[in-house]
Amino acid sequence: MRIIVNGETTQTQAKTLEELCAALGHGTSKVATALNGDFVPAPQRGAIKLAENDAVEIVSPRQGG
Amino acid sequence: MLEFYGTEIGSRLLIGTALYPSPQILADAVKASGSRLVTVSVRREAARARSGQGFWELIKQLDVYVLPNTAGCNTVKEAVTTAQMARELFETDWIKLEVIANNDTLQPEVFGLVEAARILNEDGFKVFPYMTEDLVVAEKLVAAGCEVLMPWGAPIGSGQGLANPLALRTMRSYFPDIPLVIDAGIGAPSHAARAMEMGYDAILLNTAIAKAGDPVKMGRAFSQAIEAGRLAYESGLMEPRDMASPSTPVAGTPFFNIDGAS
Repeated sequence: MRIIVNGETTQTQAKTLEELCAALGHGTSKVATALNGDFVPAPQRGAIKLAENDAVEIVSPRQGG
Repeated sequence: MLEFYGTEIGSRLLIGTALYPSPQILADAVKASGSRLVTVSVRREAARARSGQGFWELIKQLDVYVLPNTAGCNTVKEAVTTAQMARELFETDWIKLEVIANNDTLQPEVFGLVEAARILNEDGFKVFPYMTEDLVVAEKLVAAGCEVLMPWGAPIGSGQGLANPLALRTMRSYFPDIPLVIDAGIGAPSHAARAMEMGYDAILLNTAIAKAGDPVKMGRAFSQAIEAGRLAYESGLMEPRDMASPSTPVAGTPFFNIDGAS
């Protein structure tokens, strides 16, 4: 399945947002997620099914002004 | 004592965490400045990277209040979603709300700002809006639930100081009971002192400390300037006048000749 992760087109076998995070090495990382522009709380990632062309954002804490 | 949304903050200097030469210098500068609140952000995490983890550990060690921002957001939707991600990541409902109009001025897009503030306040956030000094926008932000206002001094990163002191003075008078923070544009401790002398409650800055030749020493400089400015405001500044007025008593001046006096 082709999806867009952080603005880059990606092929994935992941069926849910939780599986995608794990596949990308973020299983235990401190990250937050959004799907197609909407926030997805961490506990809900396992219930969120991915679909072709979905746009996923995965972010982490960073320096800011 | 300075309070934001009922929380007492021990310092009137709020500082950003970006642009420092190293994480250690950031930590040292925060400690030297005495700041009790730092701003942070969220950014995309690359696959198999753990860039955010180290920064998060550093921030926790600083033991300060954390104010996440929505820097870089151009729409209400982006800002709201970014705020929600930041709330989960940083475990706080405080958000420095930025909705940016264009990349040259980084001017707040005030219509989107008001709308995003309303949505976030209804969602339980405590919103710190980065705004222009416009009084009508300020009123609408207060009506939307904001209990803190953060007008810009000058464009972000410009170091120009207070570009519109008349409007900022008016804003202070117009909102005597709302915590007002000058956010952005401060380049020198004297700029910060001036804002504090005008009665502003706190200063939020980043570049002026982070990009100083010695950020740790500059952190102390800002701390002292802000304390001095606050003390001056509380003390009551003298009114300026156009003509000279002798401070040394005139009576008893040696060689004073009443006939020659004019």
